[in-house]
Amino acid sequence: MADAQATAKAAPHAHGAAGIAPSFGIARLALYALLVVLAFLFLMPVYVMVVNSLKPLDEIRSGNLMALPQAWTFEPWLTAWSTAQIGVQPTGLRPYFINSFLMVVPAVAISTLIGALNGYVLTQFRFRGAHLLFAAMLFSVFIPFQIVLIPMAKTLGILGLAGTVKGLVLVHVVYGIGFSTLFFRNYYAAFPNELVRSARMDGASFFGVLTRILLPNSAPIIVVTVIWQFTNIWNDFLFGVSFSDFSSFPLTVALNNLVNSSTGVKEYNVHFAGAFIAALPTLLVYLLSGKYFVRGLMAGSVKG
Amino acid sequence: MASLDLINVQKSFGPVKILHDISIGLQNGEFLVLVGPSGCGKSTLMNIIAGLEEPSGGLLRLEGKDITNVAPAERNISMVFQSYALYPNMTVAQNIEFPLEMRKVDKASRAERVKSVSKLLQIEHLLERKPRQLSGGQRQRVAIGRALAREPKLYLFDEPLSNLDAQLRVDMRTEIKKLHQRLKATIVYVTHDQIEAMTLATRIAVMKGGVLQQLGTPYEVYNRPANTFVAGFMGSPRMNLVKSRLSALSGGGVALTIQEGTGAKVQIDLPPDVVPAALMDHVGQEVIVGVRPEAVSLAGADMVAGPLQRFVEAQVEVIEPTGADTLAVIDLGGHEFTVRLDPDLSLAPGQRCRFLVDLSKLVCFDAKTETLIA
Repeated sequence: MADAQATAKAAPHAHGAAGIAPSFGIARLALYALLVVLAFLFLMPVYVMVVNSLKPLDEIRSGNLMALPQAWTFEPWLTAWSTAQIGVQPTGLRPYFINSFLMVVPAVAISTLIGALNGYVLTQFRFRGAHLLFAAMLFSVFIPFQIVLIPMAKTLGILGLAGTVKGLVLVHVVYGIGFSTLFFRNYYAAFPNELVRSARMDGASFFGVLTRILLPNSAPIIVVTVIWQFTNIWNDFLFGVSFSDFSSFPLTVALNNLVNSSTGVKEYNVHFAGAFIAALPTLLVYLLSGKYFVRGLMAGSVKG
Repeated sequence: MASLDLINVQKSFGPVKILHDISIGLQNGEFLVLVGPSGCGKSTLMNIIAGLEEPSGGLLRLEGKDITNVAPAERNISMVFQSYALYPNMTVAQNIEFPLEMRKVDKASRAERVKSVSKLLQIEHLLERKPRQLSGGQRQRVAIGRALAREPKLYLFDEPLSNLDAQLRVDMRTEIKKLHQRLKATIVYVTHDQIEAMTLATRIAVMKGGVLQQLGTPYEVYNRPANTFVAGFMGSPRMNLVKSRLSALSGGGVALTIQEGTGAKVQIDLPPDVVPAALMDHVGQEVIVGVRPEAVSLAGADMVAGPLQRFVEAQVEVIEPTGADTLAVIDLGGHEFTVRLDPDLSLAPGQRCRFLVDLSKLVCFDAKTETLIA
């Protein structure tokens, strides 16, 4: 209360401070201190990874994990990328990185599009059982991955997609539809109904309404869905390790094979570099579209 | 442009009846206003005309052709929505040409059409803007422009002015009326604002509870309301409705006696020539008398009542100057009457005055059925 009053008093003097005048009350100080501590906590592992991936191996073995490198080197990154022993081949992570990309791009695109289509149908056509259908799709979000492993393996076998990147794409699309439908349905439920009705009267077809009216006005929720799906699919290990073979391993599985290889010397610096390579794409996606993520999650909660 | 016929249109959601048996025939070039309080079914009826909702029963004919089961896009009907429903991702020009594009009209004629429509509505300078960069009135124009673009057979307006501020609303009302006069278009217009209905319509359909109460010209609806609901709904301030006893006069004609509670009795004699035959059947019974506020005026001291005028004495209770005229609440037989008087009069609350009632503007309703006795 005292703090609020102080802020209110200070505000007229602080030109252009948009009402959030700096006021260093104890509460605020404690708040910042807490934030700094938390940021430190979150950034520490990143620091350890980066620092150690840029050190020669003997520096890690002899020295301190927290210390900065004495001799900076990019060698571990190059090794992890192109020459490290993964399984039996010294290929580095590169082919698996490509596998992951070949898996994640179509899987994200297809599941997002199907989600948009489902959201459109579920909100704009009040057919019988729409709620039940949506509830069922929502339920799929809560099914643990492990339960579907064996039936899914069988399905992939029947379809002839076992051990292929295409198979992984299918698995991730199927698993992603629940989430993407949820996102789009809720976004389109708050979408101005008159726009859709107007488009229908103007002569837009079923897909015309979707492609000309709904999708161009769905940027926030598309971003949210893409980030969500990209992160989940890129980081997935269980499906990758269950449904792929040497030629189709995604990056996560390859990284595991790199780190867990039981022969030879444990090249921690290479492991750190490899782990960082695996984390980079999701980091990039967040950095590039983070602000849309928050905006999109809030969309529909406030009438705009 | 075309004629529109609604034949026994009904709509129910499960056991709930939203529309009861609505039949309206509309000539080419008519401006029909559907008016009523919220929940009266007027928007549902409009959606049925648009094809956005299916009727549970009845027929719709546009230009004589049955369109009851035709998809909205194929009906060739344009609609202007309350929220304008401009596509936010498109520019004004793209918005206007969207219906043409959907109909596979070639690019050159689309551009031509956008040009002529925007010229008509004076929005040529806005063509490259996005809807969010426009003011309310400009959005309204663009929405109308989009409706005009494809030259439909019928225009629908769903409360198009209710999102505008008061001044702009009056301006746009005039614009819409001008547009109608110029295009000679057939228009169905939904509103809950009775002034919009009066000013715009060639015919008004007053609705309540899914039932069509009256269909008529603004003059008919205002001066000969079919029942007390229409009488009270159309006009502001409302028509005064008061119960009164009807008794026969010796020289023909009838006398209306107004007395509520402990108020002083007021009697108004109606000469035979203004008494409809049906009213004579109600002699000895109670009727509801309807008097428009402007049917009463202040009587000058030396004034003589004409053949269709009667003097009444009443006490002034409240004075409400509005500028253009002064509204006064007077006590007539214990009932509060709102009357519309000259703005220049100096009256004081509590004053007793003589008022002049115009008998030709007086209507009577059956006390039980509340329908007009004509």
